[in-house]
Amino acid sequence: MNIREFFPLYEVARDPARCVKCKLCVRECANEVHAFNEKLGVLTADDSKCVNCQRCVAVCPTRALKIVRTDNTYKVNANWTGDAMREVYQQAQTGGVLLASMGNPQPGPIYWDKLLLNASQVTNPPIDPLREPMETRVFLGKKPGSILRGPDGKLIPNQTPQLALRKPILFSAMSYGSISYNAHAALARAAQELGIYYNTGEGGLHEDFYAYGDNTIVQVASGRFGVHTDYLSTGAAIEIKMGQGAKPGIGGHLPGIKVGPDISKTRMIPEGTDAISPAPHHDIYSIEDLRQLVFSLKEATGYRKPIIVKVAAVHNVAAIASGIARSGADIIAIDGWRGGTGAAPARIRDNVGIPIELALAAVDTRLREEGIRDEVSLIVGGSIRSSADLVKAIALGADAVYIGTAALLAMGCHLCRSCQQGKCNWGIATQRPDLVARLDPDEAARRLINLVTAWDHELQEIMGGMGINAVEALRGNRLMLRGLGLTEAELRVLGVKHAGE
Amino acid sequence: MHKTIEMQAAGMDYKALNDSLRAQGASEITVRGVMGQRYLGCAMQDKNLTLYGTPGNGLGQYLSGGTIEVFGSAQEATGDTMNAGEIVVHGRCGDAAGYGMRGGRILIRDDVGYRAGIHMKAYENHEPVLVIGAGAGSFLGEYLAGGLIVVLGIGLDGKYPAGFFCGTGMHGGKIILRCDRKPEGLPEQVCVHACTEVDRAEMRPHVEAYCEKFGGDPETLLGAQYFVLSPNPEKGYHRMYTSVI
Repeated sequence: MNIREFFPLYEVARDPARCVKCKLCVRECANEVHAFNEKLGVLTADDSKCVNCQRCVAVCPTRALKIVRTDNTYKVNANWTGDAMREVYQQAQTGGVLLASMGNPQPGPIYWDKLLLNASQVTNPPIDPLREPMETRVFLGKKPGSILRGPDGKLIPNQTPQLALRKPILFSAMSYGSISYNAHAALARAAQELGIYYNTGEGGLHEDFYAYGDNTIVQVASGRFGVHTDYLSTGAAIEIKMGQGAKPGIGGHLPGIKVGPDISKTRMIPEGTDAISPAPHHDIYSIEDLRQLVFSLKEATGYRKPIIVKVAAVHNVAAIASGIARSGADIIAIDGWRGGTGAAPARIRDNVGIPIELALAAVDTRLREEGIRDEVSLIVGGSIRSSADLVKAIALGADAVYIGTAALLAMGCHLCRSCQQGKCNWGIATQRPDLVARLDPDEAARRLINLVTAWDHELQEIMGGMGINAVEALRGNRLMLRGLGLTEAELRVLGVKHAGE
Repeated sequence: MHKTIEMQAAGMDYKALNDSLRAQGASEITVRGVMGQRYLGCAMQDKNLTLYGTPGNGLGQYLSGGTIEVFGSAQEATGDTMNAGEIVVHGRCGDAAGYGMRGGRILIRDDVGYRAGIHMKAYENHEPVLVIGAGAGSFLGEYLAGGLIVVLGIGLDGKYPAGFFCGTGMHGGKIILRCDRKPEGLPEQVCVHACTEVDRAEMRPHVEAYCEKFGGDPETLLGAQYFVLSPNPEKGYHRMYTSVI
């Protein structure tokens, strides 16, 4: 049986009345969709190569291009959808594990959209953030349970190291390798300007970015890429990556083709060979072992840095978080089912883990019940799409949120979900120098700053409407939330009442 | 400053002992009575530690220079994520010795536990070396991405000196095992060949260093039968995937 290559999912629609044959689309498309036929003097397109990244559409000076979903379909079947059939054909052809990028695109409940926020009316006046002070700074880390005084009555400082954020938002872990040098430069500059943090991911820290150390979270993952004493002492905090929302229970794999001289040096791995992060940390088989890694990092940095432990939201995440809170970690980061990735097996990304909303509520409830909520701060991600999601996350119990996809979008990503191919036309998820050069780090940093600043304003507006003037008073304040169209079980896990109750 | 001091570790917890080690101005420090204190020499850059007793987990973790010599055996995660320097153990080591190591050298007189040298890697002029005198437990050199692991099999009468799953997922580096017969049943990511002169020359300085520390004749050791494990380029993980459209 010879099944022809799939019919292209997207078609390039070129309006000949507008096209001036400038050939910019030919030059800009790294997927080589567009071509100019010299003999016939016409522009052609190979739709089968198009990933619908919208680059040609965006650069076309005469708006002659659009990318449209093909109207070719298999015989319509609600069970065997076109995607399901196509993936079977593809695996039958190649025998390969389906690899995908970015967060899970499948339909499914998004609980943020089923939660509604409260506002003050009559009895508790709203606050106008344009006129009155509004506090959105947060401090992440263990909070001391008591005040200690010496015999002379003076305070004995017992505060453990804290991360100070001017706004309750951090840029999630994205490694140099999965994204480009210029993308990292933009994240670092924006984090510094905003008084927040970006995260190296498991890719090491390029020597050029040591200058941004005070706004950098350095990651230690199972492959230990780029981890050495200077790296550890440069970061403001150290994150141990146990898991990722897009691929809980499995490791990472940066193909050798992306490991050029600069990546090799930064990750401290051989040039041109695959960078494989194993699924487990080979020295961690228990909470006690995790505690050992936490304290080895504290020893290595003189107890001056908060330690974050990042886990994927999985079924028993509340019990896991309880263990982490007792491991000596200062901050727990939880990454949800819809979290993004530079590459993950599609079946794992789409089917493993639980929504962050439910995981967050379960963890916050569990830690409070056990009386250890103040032992750790909570950061959640995967996925936070707007300031509304941010406010709801804080009300469910988060101290701050990680944003990854939203930050990439701010830099120009169009969510074509083809990062794993390394040919990002927007200069973000690529190491090809000509493509990387398309991303201006200053411009990208400015857009990141705009995004976070806008969300912070919206956060202030929404808090003001509730009559709340500090993030601290919103955190875990689930009375500010009501569910809409949720079942009893969902409401119970989320710890919120239904709208109207 | 070349200054030598001696301290007694008995009765101190690991934090007190490490704080005290870090506070020492001396470059040569001898500690007696070590009883399982963790993280000794963790992230150390330039001192020479001599330890008597049994150091606990995480000995020389993130080591960036200097030396650690242990008269006794070490516990788990010795030289975990080590970057440079040398660790010498006059005894055996527990699990995960040399995990993620990317520079420097570890010499172990006797056995190691599970997962030794797992995920070791080399880059630029960093070439980590792990020498094991006797035998190794299972999972030796899994995911190896660079560097050299030598298992001398002393006292094993030419029997295969490693356990199950040796070199699974290996994609760089080299494992040299002393044994009379070619090892069989290894993971498909591993190729095996009889030790060549080039391999022997590569292990020579490390075997000599081993004998200098622990005794024995390097020529006799080097003259034995060895087999070399290297990555199988045909069986890398890159062939495993197909992209979602």
